[in-house]
Amino acid sequence: MAMHVARNWRETPERYRMEAAKCKKCSAIHFPARLICPECQGREFATVRLSGKGELATFTIIRIAPTGFGDLIPYAVGIVKMDEGIHVMAQIVDCNPEELKIGDRVVSQFRRINQEGKTGMIIYGYKFVPDLGL
Amino acid sequence: MNEVAIIGVGMTKWGELWEKSLRDISVEAALKCLDDAGVDKVDSITVGTMSGGLFNAQEHIGSLVADYLGQRFVPATRVESACASGGLAVKTAYMEVASGLSQYALAVGVEKMTDVDGGDATFALATASDYDYEAFHGITFPGLYALMAVAHMKKYGTSLEQLAQVSVKNHHNGSLNPHAQFPFTVTLNQVMTSTMVADPMRLLHCSPITDGAAAVLLVPLAVAKKMNKSYAVITGIGHASDTIALCQRKDFAKLEVVEVAAQRALKMAGKTIGDIDFAEVHDCFSIAEIMVMEALGVVESGQGGPATINGLTALDGDFPINPSGGLKSKGHPVGATGVAQVVEAVIQLRGQAGPRQIKNARTALTQNMGGSGASSIIHILEAR
Amino acid sequence: MVGIVGYGSHIPRYRIRVEEIAKVWGADAPAYKKGLGLNEKSVPAPDEDCATLAVNASRNALRRANIDAKQIGAVYVGSESHPYAVKPTGTIVSEALGACPFVHTADLEFACKAGTEGMFIALHLVKSGVVQYALAVGADTSQGAPGDALEFSAAAGAAAFIMGSKNLAAELLDTHCYMTDTPDFWRREHAYYPEHGGRFTGKPAYEKHLFSATSGMLEKAKLKPEDISYVIFHQPNGKFPVNAAQKLGFKEPQYKLGLLCPTLGNTYSGSSPMGLAATLDAAEADRLILLVSYGSGAGSDAFIFRTTEKLLEIRDMAPKTRKQLDEHKQYIEYGTYAKFRRKILRAE
Repeated sequence: MAMHVARNWRETPERYRMEAAKCKKCSAIHFPARLICPECQGREFATVRLSGKGELATFTIIRIAPTGFGDLIPYAVGIVKMDEGIHVMAQIVDCNPEELKIGDRVVSQFRRINQEGKTGMIIYGYKFVPDLGL
Repeated sequence: MNEVAIIGVGMTKWGELWEKSLRDISVEAALKCLDDAGVDKVDSITVGTMSGGLFNAQEHIGSLVADYLGQRFVPATRVESACASGGLAVKTAYMEVASGLSQYALAVGVEKMTDVDGGDATFALATASDYDYEAFHGITFPGLYALMAVAHMKKYGTSLEQLAQVSVKNHHNGSLNPHAQFPFTVTLNQVMTSTMVADPMRLLHCSPITDGAAAVLLVPLAVAKKMNKSYAVITGIGHASDTIALCQRKDFAKLEVVEVAAQRALKMAGKTIGDIDFAEVHDCFSIAEIMVMEALGVVESGQGGPATINGLTALDGDFPINPSGGLKSKGHPVGATGVAQVVEAVIQLRGQAGPRQIKNARTALTQNMGGSGASSIIHILEAR
Repeated sequence: MVGIVGYGSHIPRYRIRVEEIAKVWGADAPAYKKGLGLNEKSVPAPDEDCATLAVNASRNALRRANIDAKQIGAVYVGSESHPYAVKPTGTIVSEALGACPFVHTADLEFACKAGTEGMFIALHLVKSGVVQYALAVGADTSQGAPGDALEFSAAAGAAAFIMGSKNLAAELLDTHCYMTDTPDFWRREHAYYPEHGGRFTGKPAYEKHLFSATSGMLEKAKLKPEDISYVIFHQPNGKFPVNAAQKLGFKEPQYKLGLLCPTLGNTYSGSSPMGLAATLDAAEADRLILLVSYGSGAGSDAFIFRTTEKLLEIRDMAPKTRKQLDEHKQYIEYGTYAKFRRKILRAE
């Protein structure tokens, strides 16, 4: 089993804190961060943390899963339109996937994404849960 | 720039080819192509394959194929654009001939996917997505296309029956194709009750894991004219890329990459979509065919489903799509598909398609696509 | 002056009823429910662990504290189910909050009192003036062996407290500890499930330490049980803390707010801290809270807090504990529970 310590560690700001890049020239937000803005070709960015709130733009229910995700079947993966206007792909959990609807409000939560075998690194990141207004 | 013609085509049977290796199927398809052309020496070889590294622990495939094809010292290139690697191989061979660098440019598409287990095959295919921001979250390829299907169904009311009809039609065509992996028909009910893979994509909406290879030989038009056989001319090429991640596209119910590639190809060929007699398109999942036919302009946005149910794209319809059986029935050895689409186009244009022959086939369009729509390569071919 | 400036909890969505577990092992469900004072417990999803619960609880605490994570000078995570045996949970929590890099962190373990251990350290660290704010978290996803009594109660949850010296929601009056080496419950390295001393876990363990810490705390603070408005004891089941309260001179209105175990289960390092969080969600201002934890091995940490008006201002800023416990629950059956808890493993 290959060890991807550097690659996973490098993604910490995006995966742990949903840090995005806001173009200083045109204010477009990019997640993940980029070196050059595709909208205006600007090259300077400020770091912004996404609020984690958004609504479900589209989703599917995975019933045949890649290695490492078997315990979660059936699980929903969707594209969330964040309140900041950008779209992000992630799992939607803590729900019955069949009851999800496009337009549902969701909020991000820190969850375990995968692990490199029983003795390898645990990989954390963001998933979304229905926003219950608790 | 030289005009470019195709004078030879060949492909292996597609399926789970346990007894044949990566080099076996590459060479078999290439030899069939060279024999078909009546040529025994080429000036360049372009191999389109998505991932010899992950499926076969074998990169450097250009040299491997050149070596085992007995074409020593011939320059060999491997090109990759995920599932559009085959179309890219044809385009690259086209550039060899158009530029004058090669007279006889061979394009081979190949993928040997069954030498790894299902989990590893899925992993290899996942590298066509945005690995860190899509595959990382546990999405699969059926899942990515399911996301588009859900958006398309919500926006246009496309129904599950319409999606299933794509598979029914393509299996009907594939049952007439001796090279197809699944040369049998399926019913609408079979498709709609098959195992759910990623809602709403069911098993029979999805193209399979396949071993297979296909090859075409390209020459300058002047050379083709001197030979005493029919040939097809490539009159238009359109190639475009789009965002690697699905969530960064502007409209999840649209394949904009195909719209752009089609406009470029048609412009180069001096044609409109109305001039095209039939198309081989990239039906990796049933929803893909529906979205592609809309992007090509065969129908208005959102009308792909109804048109399919109404028979527009059937073998005897006004705009036949995937007479070969498409990826669904013929199979989808990822790097080979784009070349096989051109093989089918040429066979149809030559009038050699037998029971699946389209009447008066003079102008063809092939559309190959990578990933969830991050690349697409379109060729327009005309009979001469 | 030192105390709590922000607090938060996190409870997984899933629940399993005592009946479901009893059914599989042929156990007498009504007897277990009565004997344990427990109806159902929380179950972490396969993608939840001590670190995820700790992060989500800490984010709620940060919302109430209304400070920048970078102002946190220390982070302590107490658990008996840290995701790694070696590699701190504290660094994951700190990174996820955005507190890094000028932060002292340590992972703590002392069975069920690892959470209050962190609270003790955090409070006194702020009091010493070394840091401005310190975060203490008690988080667990502990396991009970299949068919064992603990399987009915071993649950998952987390509570987090940010300690500071101004804008206090609850001011600390004093702390008191009582600890001896008592082998009532343990888990050896490489053992998947813990072992326990059966009835030995009662009088010589839970009772002795919790009672001594309680009476010692009240004496030190020169208070009587009736001076305390809210009392929270460690809750391994619904019976122990109620019996303790009765024996120690406390009445139901005093322990009602903080008693979560009957429908939450035993959240180990989260147990009494979560009771405190639930209490803070509903307590009146200017009242005394007595918190006494218990960790096997064994020891108890006692705290007396006084609630302030500020508490009323901040408590709506993040999800309340009772709401998370009572609303939007998803019940699962034993097969799913066994899969979630990795008692049965898929070959991958």
